[in-house]
Amino acid sequence: MDSAQPPKIPVTARTIEQVFRTEAGRALATLIRFLNDFDLAEDALQEAFTAALQQWPSHGLPANPRAWLVQVGRHRAIDQLRRQQNFGRKQPWLVIEGAATTCDILAEYETPVADDLLRLIFTCCHPALNLEARVALTLRAVCGLTTESIARAFLVSNETMAQRLVRAKQKIRVAKIPYETPATDQLDSRIEDVLAVIYLVFTEGYAVTTGEDLIREDLCTEAIRLARHLISLMPGRTDSQGLLALMLLHDARRAARTTIAGDIVLLEDQDRTLWNQQLIAEGVALVEAALHSPQRISRYAVQAAIAALHVEAPQPALTDWPQIVGLYEVLLRLQPTPVVELNHAVAVSMVDGPAAALNLIEALAARGGLSDYHLLPAARADLLRRLDRHAEARDAYLQALALVKLAPERRLLARRLAALGEIPRAN
Amino acid sequence: MQYLLLIYENEAQAANRGQAGMATMMSEYRTFTQGIIQGGQFKAGDALQPSSTATTVKVRDGKTLTTDGPFAETREQLGGYYLIEAKNLDEAIVIAARVPTAKYGSIEVRPVMVFN
Repeated sequence: MDSAQPPKIPVTARTIEQVFRTEAGRALATLIRFLNDFDLAEDALQEAFTAALQQWPSHGLPANPRAWLVQVGRHRAIDQLRRQQNFGRKQPWLVIEGAATTCDILAEYETPVADDLLRLIFTCCHPALNLEARVALTLRAVCGLTTESIARAFLVSNETMAQRLVRAKQKIRVAKIPYETPATDQLDSRIEDVLAVIYLVFTEGYAVTTGEDLIREDLCTEAIRLARHLISLMPGRTDSQGLLALMLLHDARRAARTTIAGDIVLLEDQDRTLWNQQLIAEGVALVEAALHSPQRISRYAVQAAIAALHVEAPQPALTDWPQIVGLYEVLLRLQPTPVVELNHAVAVSMVDGPAAALNLIEALAARGGLSDYHLLPAARADLLRRLDRHAEARDAYLQALALVKLAPERRLLARRLAALGEIPRAN
Repeated sequence: MQYLLLIYENEAQAANRGQAGMATMMSEYRTFTQGIIQGGQFKAGDALQPSSTATTVKVRDGKTLTTDGPFAETREQLGGYYLIEAKNLDEAIVIAARVPTAKYGSIEVRPVMVFN
């Protein structure tokens, strides 16, 4: 490759993998535009990556790795089409073939590349695909994660994940899901779909589970990277800025939220010196920009504002609970779900006391909401404990323990239940 | 690209629509059909008799087996269809959303297979 430089630092498989992770989304997006076929473009990129693993260690990193991957990928795709012998039959998009030097490629894709990536993101997050498929496809195609890593992150077999990806790509091709940025009148709802996928990737990575923690951290990193991509491609939208802020403010507390043994440390007990102040500063700035924007406030921005109030308190006792309650009330209007109601009730307990909050939670439970969600009885138990109604608190903790699924959360509830035993019972 | 829009609704509820409701629906369908004819997207379309008139046919070991009723007993029944021409799935979804029954029933959008 003419753009290759003599190796200055050794190019290892790990370096190549990192380059690939950074460039895969954009390279694939451009290849799809050239080849007009998702599957073919993906195979081509995979072959280009294999070629990179063979060539880069001896030839050195190309000056523009993405252009290199696109060019090699495109040649491989053309070879493959020739092998299939239907080349030249109905492939008008391949007329640019032959003229391909690195310079042409660069000139050709440098300008519309941002749009390419955006089109790819919207295609992968299309509402006609089911949510699981959207998440998997986005991680595979946009983030360049391997099928194996995605399978590991979502605790399914490689085969299941591969199947899921094949089906999704098949639907894109057969049903003709367009490779396009949506029309203006659909843009808001389609961006909402993209944000939902990004947030799901993040929450999946943020969930405290045992084992496989590295791959989970990866998911958080990828979600944040995706949000940054989206913001740079479509700047000035407070919904995506709000989501990025929310994820940064959660991620900032990563180091403080569990012990080395993997036990959960509650917000009020966290060592605040372990919080990442750089992420907090960035998150808080984004929240403030979103709150002061004339655009309609998004639910992510409100959730981020709540998270910001938590991390801005120098100590737990100085948390601005009245403002948090107010924000939950805004959130309840935007997103009237039982989970938001539950969180609102917990915030109310910090302003109006546990009895007022208990009324809200009992009302929620009476409507049958969240009947199998362990945090409902857990929150009820905490309120009952604060009201010195220990016997009822104990029952509620036991109910929560019967519903909880993740081991670290189970241990947390067990600790709270045990602590209850240490409080001398009335009379 | 052709898509088949399959119109599903709850027949029992549809039967209770009343004369005025029926007239409104017919007029909405006329408007919609005119719209996609003028837009050049209309290929074909029909309403179907209720699923109680359906017969399901299958051939097993060379023998034709017929059963009374639709293939699947579901909450909603197939009541009609449109065959449309659309640029892609997004355009087909926009048209499907304009089918009057979309407001209370559901429209299944299926790409038509093309044999080369």
